[in-house]
Amino acid sequence: MNKKLPVYQRVIIYGVLILICLICIIPIITVISISFSTDMAIIKDGYGILPKGFTLEAYKYVLKDMESILRSYGISIFVTVTGCVLGLSFNAMIAYVLSRKDYKYKKQLTVFLIIPMVLNGGLVPTYIWITKYLHLKNTIWVMILPMLIVPWFIILLRTFFSQIPSSLIEAATVDGASELTIFVKIVLPLAKPALATVGMFITLNYWNDWFQPLMYIDNSELYNLQYRLYILMRDVQEMIKNSSISGMGISIADLPTESMRMAMCVIAAGPMLVIFPFFQKYFVKGLTVGGVKG
Amino acid sequence: MKKRMGKAGRKKTMALTAMALPASVLLFIFSYIPIAGLVIAFKDFRYDKGFLGSEWVGFKNFEFFFKSNDAWIVLRNTIGLNLLFIGVTLVIAVSVALMINEIRSRIAVKAIQTIMFFPYFMSWVVVGYLLYAYLHHDYGIINQLLNFFGLESIAWYAKSAYWPVILTFMYAWKVAGYYSVIYYAGLMGIDDSYYEAAALDGASKWQMIWSVTLPMIRSIIICMVILQIGRIMYADFGLFFQLTRDSGALYATTDVLDTYIFRALRVTGDIGIGSAVGCFQAVAGFILIMVSNFIVRKIDSESALF
Repeated sequence: MNKKLPVYQRVIIYGVLILICLICIIPIITVISISFSTDMAIIKDGYGILPKGFTLEAYKYVLKDMESILRSYGISIFVTVTGCVLGLSFNAMIAYVLSRKDYKYKKQLTVFLIIPMVLNGGLVPTYIWITKYLHLKNTIWVMILPMLIVPWFIILLRTFFSQIPSSLIEAATVDGASELTIFVKIVLPLAKPALATVGMFITLNYWNDWFQPLMYIDNSELYNLQYRLYILMRDVQEMIKNSSISGMGISIADLPTESMRMAMCVIAAGPMLVIFPFFQKYFVKGLTVGGVKG
Repeated sequence: MKKRMGKAGRKKTMALTAMALPASVLLFIFSYIPIAGLVIAFKDFRYDKGFLGSEWVGFKNFEFFFKSNDAWIVLRNTIGLNLLFIGVTLVIAVSVALMINEIRSRIAVKAIQTIMFFPYFMSWVVVGYLLYAYLHHDYGIINQLLNFFGLESIAWYAKSAYWPVILTFMYAWKVAGYYSVIYYAGLMGIDDSYYEAAALDGASKWQMIWSVTLPMIRSIIICMVILQIGRIMYADFGLFFQLTRDSGALYATTDVLDTYIFRALRVTGDIGIGSAVGCFQAVAGFILIMVSNFIVRKIDSESALF
């Protein structure tokens, strides 16, 4: 490895990196702090990076509307799991076919895959097609199907699959294994790291999606977590109006609306921020293999 | 014998084609048909008449857009801000990668990468909340700081002049960690013997960075930048929509093609203009991506999209 820097330069480097790390996490800490602050303190002193006072009041009010939060969690989980299972299967299957040098229509299929990467119909035709012709508006499938196939994932997977020695596949063919058996029994187990990487990207895509609901979902029963959070940001009152709190004789003015927003944000974003760092190595692995195509 | 081989070959082709079918069908439905739908840019689209039944109007929809004041503002914002994002993110990500490369402790490297990756895991909605905590007029942390130093509060969500800076900062905040991982991986691939040779020649650390490290990752950097420029017509909708809270007062500096099309479709209901702008974006984007990919393939065919 190359030689060490003088001590003072290393101190500067560590200092700068620590500063950047702080800039990355302080906003997150701020939101958590606000969610535990009392509204009295917020109105008096404003938001703080550290909690001002400590109360669970905001969470208590947000969770009074447990039913709609759980429903949104349910929608987000269903969409993410379904999208991940179907997306991973379909993308991996076509990627495997493309990785096979002996596939007769390899060239045609590659072109078929590349065209959507360089040209797309855009928002307006897509919207009209999905609402007027496919009638997918206000269905859960509109949050799953249009995002299922991602050419970039296919190319990433194909790169992995091409590294599998073709002699393995040939040997299995001679043994009389069907193409599907070879794919499931031989190729997939060898490609686990690649599948994990792409699986993480797909999960992130679905879990963080709010655009599909923004375009296609009006029915509040189908709001996913991110979209519910967006609605709350737009209008805290709109959220409360429809919820069970409004029937409890509490006027909106008495609610800790400022900390409630942030509490909702923590409830919506928290679990993923705890889970994802554990899978981060797969992102890093995928990025290094997928190279610059991201 | 020959005949049997042919039969086995056909069976194999059929089995493989069947495996490619689900993805192909979905791609056809959700990508190809909307591409064909671009024709509505040349029509007076009416919901009841549909894609095929609506009347042709030639370039009228395009004329409306390009003769309006919006065209210049929206194009300037889309291209200008994207260039700003690409440049700033590049400098930060490469600098961070170079700095991490000087750190010997594996644990420290991992910790820094994990923390810098946090923002990447967040949706733009959540990032919008974080920003709101800082920019809120009465309670926001930035205005508190301004007041602390005796300065007046600023109505951030109403003053468009600040937003190019805010958006650039937030974009870099979210993706710099991601890109620095890519560049860091490039640095890890540099063979130690280059550094040893440079050390023998008496090169200082900084000379090594200039004359060994940077040239070695130059092709990755160039390819990344060109590919990003290829997508310069496409703005990150979430960034512009969520962080600005879709505030009309900010449109002068924050309205981009994607937000403009979104509003034409869903707010003002002007499908004609929306589809014309969308068609322009698709065609200009197509040309740029093809050109940039062509250039990248000349430099480093491995890095090209296709």
